[in-house]
Amino acid sequence: MCLAVPGRVTKIDGEKAEVDISGIRREASLALVSDQGIKVGDYVLVHTGYAITKLDEAEAEEILRAWEDVAAAERDG
Amino acid sequence: MFSKYKDRDLVRRAAEIIAKVTGGDPLRIMHVCGTHEWAITHNGLRDLLPTNVQVVAGPGCPVCVTAGGEIDALCGLSLDRGVVVTTFGDVIRVPGARSSLAEAKASGGDIRMVYSLSDAIRMAELEPGKDFVHFAIGFETTAPTTAIEIIRGPPGNFSVFSSHKLIPPAMEYLLRSGARIDGFICPGHVSTIIGARAYKDLAKYSKPMAVAGFEPLDIMLAILNIAIQRRRGTAKVYNEYARAVRDSGNEVALRVMKKAFRICDADWRGIGIIPGSGLRLREEYSSYEAAEKYGIAVESGDEMPQGCSCGDVLLGSVRAEECPLFGRECTPERPVGPCMVSIEGTCAIAFKYSDRGLRTRRP
Ligand code: SF4
Repeated sequence: MCLAVPGRVTKIDGEKAEVDISGIRREASLALVSDQGIKVGDYVLVHTGYAITKLDEAEAEEILRAWEDVAAAERDG
Repeated sequence: MFSKYKDRDLVRRAAEIIAKVTGGDPLRIMHVCGTHEWAITHNGLRDLLPTNVQVVAGPGCPVCVTAGGEIDALCGLSLDRGVVVTTFGDVIRVPGARSSLAEAKASGGDIRMVYSLSDAIRMAELEPGKDFVHFAIGFETTAPTTAIEIIRGPPGNFSVFSSHKLIPPAMEYLLRSGARIDGFICPGHVSTIIGARAYKDLAKYSKPMAVAGFEPLDIMLAILNIAIQRRRGTAKVYNEYARAVRDSGNEVALRVMKKAFRICDADWRGIGIIPGSGLRLREEYSSYEAAEKYGIAVESGDEMPQGCSCGDVLLGSVRAEECPLFGRECTPERPVGPCMVSIEGTCAIAFKYSDRGLRTRRP
């Protein structure tokens, strides 16, 4: 029910987007992310036909970097 | 993209560090999300964790906590009043106090499964001679989709039966009830809407919390963070899922929810009334609220099917496998309780990955 799946935006037509979800193209509404500046090529999470958030690659890297630090500290300490 | 979060070696390394950080001290973490339960079980994460670290599932499956009386009311709408009822997948098979929507459909009720709320509205537009009611269940992830469509004004023959529920009040209820929880993994998709800051009000209970994504490393890093916080004696909200969750959440979604809904008490099946945990349409949208439009009063306090332990399973106090009906009288093909129906139900997930599930699963 709360399932949301990541997909890449392949087309935008007003409020409607076409999203590639592991090879399958689905329509998704951008109504709930209208302030997130979604562009073709962005990744979004789609829930029951609505994009609910943009996925941010830089933040994903940042979390991994922080974890490497924790891992190193625990190993050395 | 994001493939590192699936990396088995990193996951194993995280588990080793969790073992080191906890040093054998018991740590009992609850998550409140069916998709987390699926990810944890599917990836075998419990087997990787040290035995002193326990991860239990709370009431994170919206289908499972939908009151039986509401399901009966929707069956009645379709059978007695000829209303077309639309809803999302698994709800159809959940036994109500009297019957399931699937049974009502078999008796001639017009009950349709939809993928999206906009599909239900399209159906109502195409068939103006019929009344349509969408059974709107789901947590904060789903509620904004209902809100935005209602604000936009669907056709007059369409309404929703709003059964949306809120997660933070349920977490608070569990904390107040004295359930043994040392920390929370906060639900990832719900948090994309409400934001990491939505849990800050729970700080007074002094439990570390971590918002987590759904890849194996996401969940391990959340557990690791909770373990580290516990060792240091802090109780903050760590946002591990920052690639999807902002501190302030999805502001458009929060705005439309606030505009369309008012907060009410809600009946969580197997748990009871949780104050301030439900959403009903505001008065200006009451013509779209099926409960008002059709004068439906749902009695609360229905019991779970006989012998079913779903109530305790939802509270994380009993494991699915410990229910005497698990895998015997109760299987996904012939579910007794709601937790065995939904793909996000704790019992259905446990069954799928159990020995019995493996033997009976069809190829
Ligand atoms: S196994 Fe079936 S009967 Fe037992 S708690 Fe789960 S859903 Fe209820």
